[in-house]
Amino acid sequence: MPRREIIEEAERVLQLCSACMYCDAYCAVFPAIAGKATFPIADVAHIANLCHGCRGCWYACQYAPPHPFAVNLPQALAAARRLSCAEVARPRWLASGFARNGFTVAAVVGGVTVLALAAVLLTVPYDTLFAVHRGAGAFYRVVPWGVMSAVAGLSFLWAVAAISASTLAFWRSIAPKTSRKAMRRALGPALRAVVTLENLGGDGHGCNDVGERLSDEKRIAHHVLVAGFGLTIVSTLSAAVWHHVAGARAPYAVVSLPVLAGLVGGVLMLLGTAGLAAIEARADRAPADPTEVRLNRVFLALLALVSASGLAVLALRETMLMGITLTLHLGLVTGFFLVLPASKMVHAPYRAAALWRAALDRIASPPRRSGGE
Amino acid sequence: MSLETVTRVDVLVAGGAVAGLCAAIAARRRGVSVRLVEAAPREMRGGNTRHARNFRIAHDGPARYVPDGYREDEFLADLLRVTEGDTDEPLARCLIRGSAGIAPWLADNGVVLQALDRGVLPYSRRTAFLAGGGKAMINALYATAESLGVSVSYEAELTSLRFGPYGCTAEIVRAGAPECVNSKAVVVATGGHQADLRRLRTDFGEAGDRMVVRGTPYATGHGIDLLVDAGAMPVGDPRSAHLVAVDARGPRFDGGIVTRITGIPYGIVVDRTGRRLADERADMRRTHYAQWGPRIAACPGAIAYLILDQDGLRRTSPTALSPVTAPTLAELARRLEIDPAALDATVQDFNRAATEREPATRPIKIAPLAAWPLLPGLTFTHFGVAVDLRMHVVLRNGRPIENVFIAGTAMAANVLRRGYLAGLGVTLAAVSGRIAGEEAARAAA
Repeated sequence: MPRREIIEEAERVLQLCSACMYCDAYCAVFPAIAGKATFPIADVAHIANLCHGCRGCWYACQYAPPHPFAVNLPQALAAARRLSCAEVARPRWLASGFARNGFTVAAVVGGVTVLALAAVLLTVPYDTLFAVHRGAGAFYRVVPWGVMSAVAGLSFLWAVAAISASTLAFWRSIAPKTSRKAMRRALGPALRAVVTLENLGGDGHGCNDVGERLSDEKRIAHHVLVAGFGLTIVSTLSAAVWHHVAGARAPYAVVSLPVLAGLVGGVLMLLGTAGLAAIEARADRAPADPTEVRLNRVFLALLALVSASGLAVLALRETMLMGITLTLHLGLVTGFFLVLPASKMVHAPYRAAALWRAALDRIASPPRRSGGE
Repeated sequence: MSLETVTRVDVLVAGGAVAGLCAAIAARRRGVSVRLVEAAPREMRGGNTRHARNFRIAHDGPARYVPDGYREDEFLADLLRVTEGDTDEPLARCLIRGSAGIAPWLADNGVVLQALDRGVLPYSRRTAFLAGGGKAMINALYATAESLGVSVSYEAELTSLRFGPYGCTAEIVRAGAPECVNSKAVVVATGGHQADLRRLRTDFGEAGDRMVVRGTPYATGHGIDLLVDAGAMPVGDPRSAHLVAVDARGPRFDGGIVTRITGIPYGIVVDRTGRRLADERADMRRTHYAQWGPRIAACPGAIAYLILDQDGLRRTSPTALSPVTAPTLAELARRLEIDPAALDATVQDFNRAATEREPATRPIKIAPLAAWPLLPGLTFTHFGVAVDLRMHVVLRNGRPIENVFIAGTAMAANVLRRGYLAGLGVTLAAVSGRIAGEEAARAAA
């Protein structure tokens, strides 16, 4: 659908929703549109990223098709969200990465991984590559420490820089005029919404993850995935501390913070991605935006590949396959960071920004109350 | 010769909105087999409950979903006030008593009531709000009914009903195929007759042709008709209706809450000759809505126009469809096809009077001007079938039918023969449905 049609459809539906407001218990979107008769583009971008895709409003909607008003708020907002992701992407050419996400991700991650494998196969003698290495510095006998940390570190820095620039551009597009004091006051409620995913819980009765029945599956799976992701960060950071401060060189003992955090984190990530993928597979397509579904699937596949290859390194690190597995993991991680700014990952900072703005709006002007018949 | 299927069930419930669902669940929970037939397809199931938001309940103290208290006698006093005493008081007392227990009962059956701290609810000690509104409640009740083993058929309409001391025989037509259902008891919960367009024409004349039916197109009154034809006593007046101003550009059916126009006290309402209908600011309460439907119905062509300036527009609530706008009054008149000279004279008269009463009344002057075309929107009529305290259908001779029950809008006119009370429809439907279901199960046992 062309850009103008996406925006117009979001405006049309939001206007109808604002006149109805029956769904105000579900999430932060409805208090954010309360009392508003029109929706400028910046508001559409804000509201679209505020939507967590719980679909409560779709199943509750008295105006859903076949009603002539044909209201499909989750789909309209998902399309607008996709548009806003592309428009605030920095550097700007990243926008095209969202458009053909599956292809971009496959090309970049696949390319980097194949390149890494080729480089190792060409430069490392086979009797080193396929030898069993044990003890401190075992990994670096295959991939030198300098190469490993440069490749991983630079790709990570790229991801952080690009996502930060994009998020800043997004924030600028939705930022209200406000004081620093209000910003601080709004931070607490916004952070709580980010951490608890309260907008996926509806009224404490769960949300419509896959269909008409309410459940907490999506929220729980997402929590598990984020916890796992967090633990892999702990693993990486603690390994850096072990290396630079304690002077201990990887691989580390199984009972050590880097390995345990990585192991538990990797397993949780696999469980979380499996849970979310299962929801995506079973979910009713009617309230979904097909492009967003693809974005979700590509990102889940990527997360699963990275965590599975990490676990494989741990499992095979004392075998002759360590070298190849390590290279594979390194290639996938590097590719992962390279495509991260053009992946579903950006939903995290954008949604946090949208929640912050929503909390600010609630402080600045509490929404107009609306009643029933 | 007919090849129709014959099936047997303990209790047949006709109508799949809140009344029928409560009846089906209540009966099934008493152990009898239950079949529910709903005239609408699955996507449009749930009658006018689809458009409900809140329901009125008597309660002694605050709960998670309702603040303060609203005693049964306060509820009754409100009902007596709006009906001017024209109600079946013993029945009203019975249903109001039932309202005190209906919120927890609905919650036990899966309905999510909106907690007071969620969303942007207005203060309302008289009503509980449904999280997500009526369709969310309908979804929850269908899920509960089906998990309890109630057999549900969609696009199935009750077309004939015979009853006797040994049971009932109903004919239902499902996707064009007739089916004969023999049951021990029947609950009729098929709603009012407000979507029967031919009858609207008969009862309201030409205005009936322009009336917008705010709810389901499946409320054709077929259940009421079958019962009245079988000797049941009608109650209320089919020509007495709850009519409000709705956006003329909305759909003929099912416009629900969003096409209702609430900004009338901030502007002027004129008919197509440019003449004002009444003082728009005479009644600023929420109940003013119901006064405007009949006024619009009485206009030439049963159409009127609400005209606001930017100041009025700022005060009005959001509407589903954007207003017609124009930089000048003449241009607005042209777009609305109203005589420009007459409209100009009306606005000048109004502005002259308004300027003297500022700021209480503001003149219409800040461009661009905005307008909504208005039609009378029919919510329901005050008409149905007489019941006793156990929701038995009562015959013209005053005797109840022991195994035929009626619930919901089809019986609401027993207590609401005139007027309107917010959230009363769902309460009457849920409470009468629950009672009818329990009594039907008893009759079938």
